[in-house]
Amino acid sequence: MQTHDKPQLKAEARNLNFYYGEAKALKNINMPIYDKKVTALIGPSGCGKSTYLRSFNRMHDLYPGNRYEGEIRFYPDNTNLLSPEVDPIEVRMRVGMVFQKPNPFPKTIYENVAYGLRVRGESNKRILDEKVEQALRGAAIWEEVKDRLQDLAPNLSGGQQQRLCIARALATDPELLLFDEPTSALDPIATGAIEELVHELKKRVTILIVTHNMQQAARVSDYTAYMYLGEMIEFGKTDEIFIKPNDKRTEDYITGRMG
Amino acid sequence: MPDSLHVSSQFDEDLARLRTHVLQMGGLVETQISSAIDAYSTGEVASVKSIIETDRKVNDLEKAIDDDCAHIIAKRQPTASDLRLVLGISKIVTDLERAGDEAKKIAKGVRRIYEAGHMPTQYGVGIRHLAEAALTMVRQALDAFARLDGKLALSVIRADEDVDVEFKSIIRQLITHMMEDPRTITTSIDIISISRAIERIGDHAKNISEQVVFVVEGRDIRHDKEAIK
Repeated sequence: MQTHDKPQLKAEARNLNFYYGEAKALKNINMPIYDKKVTALIGPSGCGKSTYLRSFNRMHDLYPGNRYEGEIRFYPDNTNLLSPEVDPIEVRMRVGMVFQKPNPFPKTIYENVAYGLRVRGESNKRILDEKVEQALRGAAIWEEVKDRLQDLAPNLSGGQQQRLCIARALATDPELLLFDEPTSALDPIATGAIEELVHELKKRVTILIVTHNMQQAARVSDYTAYMYLGEMIEFGKTDEIFIKPNDKRTEDYITGRMG
Repeated sequence: MPDSLHVSSQFDEDLARLRTHVLQMGGLVETQISSAIDAYSTGEVASVKSIIETDRKVNDLEKAIDDDCAHIIAKRQPTASDLRLVLGISKIVTDLERAGDEAKKIAKGVRRIYEAGHMPTQYGVGIRHLAEAALTMVRQALDAFARLDGKLALSVIRADEDVDVEFKSIIRQLITHMMEDPRTITTSIDIISISRAIERIGDHAKNISEQVVFVVEGRDIRHDKEAIK
């Protein structure tokens, strides 16, 4: 019976350190990311959760002086995402990202979603149409925008923009989706829609989400990791972390005691 | 349980008040039980009335505490030890209230027996002993809750077996009496229901202690004989 519950690994951080210049922002992180599960990263501001998240799609490569040590293994092919031989553009095709504030391009709804496919070299109109629809459906926004695909994306509401950004990330069929506080700029209804979407998406894609909203972590995730001062303090099943955490620091954080 | 304070002092106050109310309710139930036992021994039927009156206060507290639990969940979304405390309390008050009801049953049984005549002396010692054991369980369960002492809670759970054994032996004795002398049947039936109520009080103390273990350790040990060894 238990073997059915045993999740497959999608990725795994191994002895991961990260430096912003001299400052060590991640300290020897070891953590599994399970396939087609939602893993939430929680912790106070400055604990390194966003830094950790961004390592997965090599976002830190964009700034000089940043340095990784250790590995992030990506399965099933066992690629080290951090290896200098691995092209960050290729990584970002497989690892999509959605940010805190919706950041649609100042283009049409259609072009926002088609962009990643065009970058990849896709120019067949029929295939583009199909993929765009698929991605918009996947992000649960198709019904709302199907008659206005040529409208400018920034004219959509905040919640719609965020779902459009999710559609844009989905268009390239990523295996892992990174969410960096995806609902902190949204109202409760739009937040609910994104959470519902996360629940749908995990049937197809693995999700890693940073959130300041503890209840959101409890609601959407299967696994939760608590980080503090660049360290991974505790990783476990969300159900267990929120009822009976093992580490006093996790307990203090999630119960709102900051000692 | 963490000893540090919440960032929100209001939350600390809410939880502290909740715990105080539970202990207050526990104190009332303890009084109900000990008065009922005293009435059994002394025949002070007058105290039955006050036991019944106390029951109203207990009922009101149960409702007030449950209401506070609902408010804390709605407003604070408690997690981890806070969540276990609130969930545990909402179950503990149910058992306390029922223990109070059992005390009321004892009191009414005592009144029936004394109003019908005298308490037959041969039943005194056994029942009193059983009742003291159950009352000690309730006291210790409340102590375990007040101090969040999981070990003490476990010892209360283990003590329940002794109460059960003693209860069965009293029932056997009563059955013998009834067979020997059918005139004792009416009184014996009342005494059976009194012993049954005492035994149930022990069960409620055990349930409360199980919740204390859950609150303190996060383990659900209900229906798990291995866990209490």
